Amino acid sequence: MSAPGRPMVVVQNVHKAFGRNEVLKGIDLEVAPGEVMCILGPSGSGKSTFLRCINHLERTDRGRIYVDGELNGCRERNGRLYELPDRDLCRARTKIGIVFQHFNLFPHLTVLENLIEGPVRVKGEPRDLAVARGHRLLAQVGLGERAAAYPRQLSGGQQQRVAIARALAMEPKLMLFDEPTSALDPELVGDVLAVMRDLARSGMTMMVVTHEIGFARGVAHSVVFIDGGVVVERGAPEEVLDHPRHERTRAFLSKVLS
Amino acid sequence: MARDPDRIIPLRHYGRWLSGGLVVILVALVVKAFAQGQIDWPVVRSFFTAPALVKGLGHTLLITFLSMALGLVLGLLFAVMRLSKNPVTRSVATAYVWLFRGTPVYLQLLIWFNLALIFPNVSLGFFHARMVDVMTPFLAALLGLGVNEGSYMTEIVRGGILSVEQGQLDAASSLGMSRLLAMRRVVIPQAMRVIVPSFGNEFIGMLKTSAMASAIAYTEMLNQAQIIYFINDKIMELLLVAAGWYLIVVTLFSGVQYYIERQFARGQSHELPPSLLERLWSNLFAGHRAAAAEERR
Repeated sequence: MSAPGRPMVVVQNVHKAFGRNEVLKGIDLEVAPGEVMCILGPSGSGKSTFLRCINHLERTDRGRIYVDGELNGCRERNGRLYELPDRDLCRARTKIGIVFQHFNLFPHLTVLENLIEGPVRVKGEPRDLAVARGHRLLAQVGLGERAAAYPRQLSGGQQQRVAIARALAMEPKLMLFDEPTSALDPELVGDVLAVMRDLARSGMTMMVVTHEIGFARGVAHSVVFIDGGVVVERGAPEEVLDHPRHERTRAFLSKVLS
Repeated sequence: MARDPDRIIPLRHYGRWLSGGLVVILVALVVKAFAQGQIDWPVVRSFFTAPALVKGLGHTLLITFLSMALGLVLGLLFAVMRLSKNPVTRSVATAYVWLFRGTPVYLQLLIWFNLALIFPNVSLGFFHARMVDVMTPFLAALLGLGVNEGSYMTEIVRGGILSVEQGQLDAASSLGMSRLLAMRRVVIPQAMRVIVPSFGNEFIGMLKTSAMASAIAYTEMLNQAQIIYFINDKIMELLLVAAGWYLIVVTLFSGVQYYIERQFARGQSHELPPSLLERLWSNLFAGHRAAAAEERR
């Protein structure tokens, strides 16, 4: 799993507060290229906020996040951190794909148009190139036939697979998943997880906030347990899931697995 | 035919028949009163297509379309500014709405038209002129109506933008879109669904408000009607002609609005609502087609 060279993601002492409510209280972790990391934690533990901080959908108050060796969201000069203007944030985000709990597909565009919007409008790619990749990605997520459909005409599971394809269309180096199956009917979860499993096998670096313990056990290289805005425990899936060292992890797992 | 004991007999609405009958009688009385009143109907008919009035109608339509276009552009601009994170642009937009929504449009028309009283000359570096020559009734009407409309459109567009969920902006940002690009490509097209009905309302309002431009000597339809009846004294006849034209334009526009709304409903429901023609067609031939289907079976 751990390829040689620098890690894909380095997180150092990240803090984030909404007003007086401190959500992240100093998060540190590293993700190697090709690693699949599952992030577990009770609701309100800050795991979704943490994920959104990585592609700077939320700005952080303190700390550093490096993605692919680049400091994210700010610039360091003379030992101080300066916030970057929007233009630089936008450019940095093109390297990071994110899949949301509620899909957030563009409802006024067809499935294919959803997939080519980013590459054409943001990267300035030629349309036919983007269309060709769009069709390829749709086939990859098992929706080759639905290119002309509108999102509302698809089931939740299909929409989420389109959302994954839309993120991949930007050819990101890192994929973030924010509870990708939480809004789905139980019988639709499997299809989405299968697409994610294939993606993991293809060597994509993935950070997945999820409650799917089975997915974490079967696919993840590492599992992180976050509670109260800090990393409580981190390790290989069998360590954290089967032999948790901390009481809080044990309590959480006993609730989820029961 | 044998009685089906399971068939549910629909509720009979006797009240509707009664009230419907009353309405028909009332309408008949009003029509009769007008028909027998002191109205010179041939004059109404002859002035309906009088060149002066048709020209006035043309001016009314022109100022309505241009003012609405100006209003929409200003509305889009200031709505995005009002929702900006930048406190300066936000304050400018708020002040604009406060100023132009807070004073009567009639007063604004008079101020634009009389602008020469405070600024006798216009000077734009390369362009010098006297304000009275620049500020024609047409320009004063366009600025007065359009800038005022912009303040209302700002709030309508803002409401439309707020109706689009935050997740859409998140998704657009995550693809690397700037705020403006996300607005243009993702948020505004979805907001249009909410904006269009109000826009239609504003358009119809503008069609009628444009009559106020007669106060600054802009020769729109009502102004023309007044000029004619000052001469021939056929006051009611000409007012009815103008009323007829307003109703015709509003009716036509309502049809156009239906198609525009349909356009922006794309992807919003599983099936698009049928168009007016499709509806008419299916109403006319529904029985016919059902019978044909029956036969085939």
